[in-house]
Amino acid sequence: MPEKKAIQVVDIVKRYGNFTAVDGVSFDVAEGEIFGLLGPNGAGKSTLIRMMTTLLEITAGKAFIDGYDVSKQPNEARLCMGVIPQAMTSDGDLTVWENLSIYSKLYGISTAERERSIDELLELVDLNQWRNAPARNLSGGMRRRLEIARGLVHRPKIFFLDEPTTGLDPVSRVAVWEMIGDIKKKRNLTVLITTHYMDEADRLCDRIAIVDHGKLVALDSPRALKASIPGSSVIEAQFANAPAGWEQSLAGLSSVNSVQPEGANMYRILTDDGSRTTTELVESAVKANVQVSSLTVQSTTLDDVFVHYTGRQLRDQLADAPLYTSPVAWGK
Amino acid sequence: MQFFHSERMMAIVERDLRKFFRSPALMMAAMVFPLVQLIVLGNAFGGKIRDAKLGIVNNDHGPQAVRVIEALRAVQSNARTFKLSVYDNEQEMVGDVRKGDLNAGLVIPPQFSRDVYEQARPKIGLVLDNTDNFMTSTFEQTLTELVDALNQPDVQPRVVQQVALEVVELYPYIEYMKYLLPGSITLAMFVSVMIGGGIVYIDDKARGVHEGYLVTPITKMELVAGLNVAGALKAMGAGVVLTVLGSLIAGVGGAFSPSNLFWLVLLIATTSFAFIAMMFLMMVRINDPLIPRAIFGILNTLLYFPSGAIYPTQAFPKWLQGIAFVDPFTYSVHGFKAVLLKGVGLAAIWPDLLYLGGFAVLMFVLSTLLFKRTL
Repeated sequence: MPEKKAIQVVDIVKRYGNFTAVDGVSFDVAEGEIFGLLGPNGAGKSTLIRMMTTLLEITAGKAFIDGYDVSKQPNEARLCMGVIPQAMTSDGDLTVWENLSIYSKLYGISTAERERSIDELLELVDLNQWRNAPARNLSGGMRRRLEIARGLVHRPKIFFLDEPTTGLDPVSRVAVWEMIGDIKKKRNLTVLITTHYMDEADRLCDRIAIVDHGKLVALDSPRALKASIPGSSVIEAQFANAPAGWEQSLAGLSSVNSVQPEGANMYRILTDDGSRTTTELVESAVKANVQVSSLTVQSTTLDDVFVHYTGRQLRDQLADAPLYTSPVAWGK
Repeated sequence: MQFFHSERMMAIVERDLRKFFRSPALMMAAMVFPLVQLIVLGNAFGGKIRDAKLGIVNNDHGPQAVRVIEALRAVQSNARTFKLSVYDNEQEMVGDVRKGDLNAGLVIPPQFSRDVYEQARPKIGLVLDNTDNFMTSTFEQTLTELVDALNQPDVQPRVVQQVALEVVELYPYIEYMKYLLPGSITLAMFVSVMIGGGIVYIDDKARGVHEGYLVTPITKMELVAGLNVAGALKAMGAGVVLTVLGSLIAGVGGAFSPSNLFWLVLLIATTSFAFIAMMFLMMVRINDPLIPRAIFGILNTLLYFPSGAIYPTQAFPKWLQGIAFVDPFTYSVHGFKAVLLKGVGLAAIWPDLLYLGGFAVLMFVLSTLLFKRTL
């Protein structure tokens, strides 16, 4: 019996005038899966999630949430999903409890069920002691936990999180990751998460779709994606002086798949055998009287996967991208 | 599937009201401006001119000229409309009027007394600084009354030759502050919807609060109705507070009979709904938080001033009367004047209630149609 699809996206397109933000993306998400959309800001991740969550009209293609066509049955789809937008949208003037209560009412939850559900959620996100505190008094991580609770007030089957840890400190990020994993298990949720953090996608997601310039460029499990690119290790080496033909010398070392010069005598070397290549690299440098300034060896990461499929570093893209794009601005 | 879920609409109302009552600055902003305007404008424009500077040159020195000067001194001592300064030289007096040292100058020409006795159309000259219309009209009115009094014969003729107008005032004298009060109440409601329905609404939109609403199953109509009801309730609060405080300040407490209270509440409610629906329609497709702030002054000028709140609409040119005709302020101000200043009820205000109610419904329908359920 085939796996039931919680989310099905078929050749979906979003255009703003002549600009195509999402260009024919298709994927399925199985029930109970944590699915990641990975890409830099401006790649089209948020546009994609907004189309799936009925926030944006779809220019072409289809999206189904728990079998409901979001264009034709938006309210049925909305009842199946919880959505945490990228911006912190909880109301700072309202208390934690009031924020949850208002949203329970928007989902038409009865008074008795509301009280019980909010109490349970406050325990789940560890905010019970803050239930009467104004949301503005919470830290960034606590506020994000409140938003997670808010998205779950109606017991959705599918949970959308748009960059849930952006702007959080490392400790809060880890806490949010653990919480998402925990909630997913307890409530048997299907989770779709967008992120530009490689470690977040690697740690949380069962499968990852890499999105760039509105197109889906790769889709698989983190392990399969890493295995799909040549080389199991990456060596980053910087030299004080690099003679002519040095790049070719590096490419001739054992097990090397590719060498990418990165400027300032820095080279990124993909290899199937990290330790052997490193040893040979040092020996070659000594022989050629080339001084090694720095040397790091690491297993292939999703960043390498991103570089392989898009031809550039994700961090470069992040540096070029705007820090935050208002949800309203997208609608213009 | 149910067409309209009132509990969803009420959730939006609850959220807006909780936010409003936890932001005293928002509440104060809606009340303070209209109250300050009522007090300052009411006192600035409501009084009569006193101690204006009037120069006089007596080129006649005859008994009739002395009679004129005595009459002027009587005004100086009693009504205190002006203070007299006697000049010997006409040129010097006119120069002082030009410089602004005097507000006006009076010239009694040579031969004035003889012209009076000979009934040869005696004249007194009035030199006015007509850059100030209000001062000019005060001098003209006061000195015309004074000259009329001088023209009265000592012995009344047996047959009345001049027709006099006997004025009957239906209501007690209305001070300018009382006249301003209906406009101030209306303005308080407008400022409230401008802040709550304009500025805060767009700020919430820009912060993504509406994005949170839009992923829930709330319908367009429930959301628009919720935002409108919340805005109207806030405006009603401002209207009630201004009606009570403003009436106490302006001294129109006598208008608070039970029936007048009922009509006042009805007027406040219909005005609030008309204003918030109008504001919502203006803001329904706006996303930039600067826009409501930028148009606040324009809207205030365009809606408040042509409404008859501070000057009668009958004095306006046709195009301005056209604005006044469609302006909901006009009907609200008219209704409040009728109830607060005249103490009349439904017979006088039903056209205002009808217009405001119809206007609110029309604006609500249009804004619901234009409201985008997506970002």
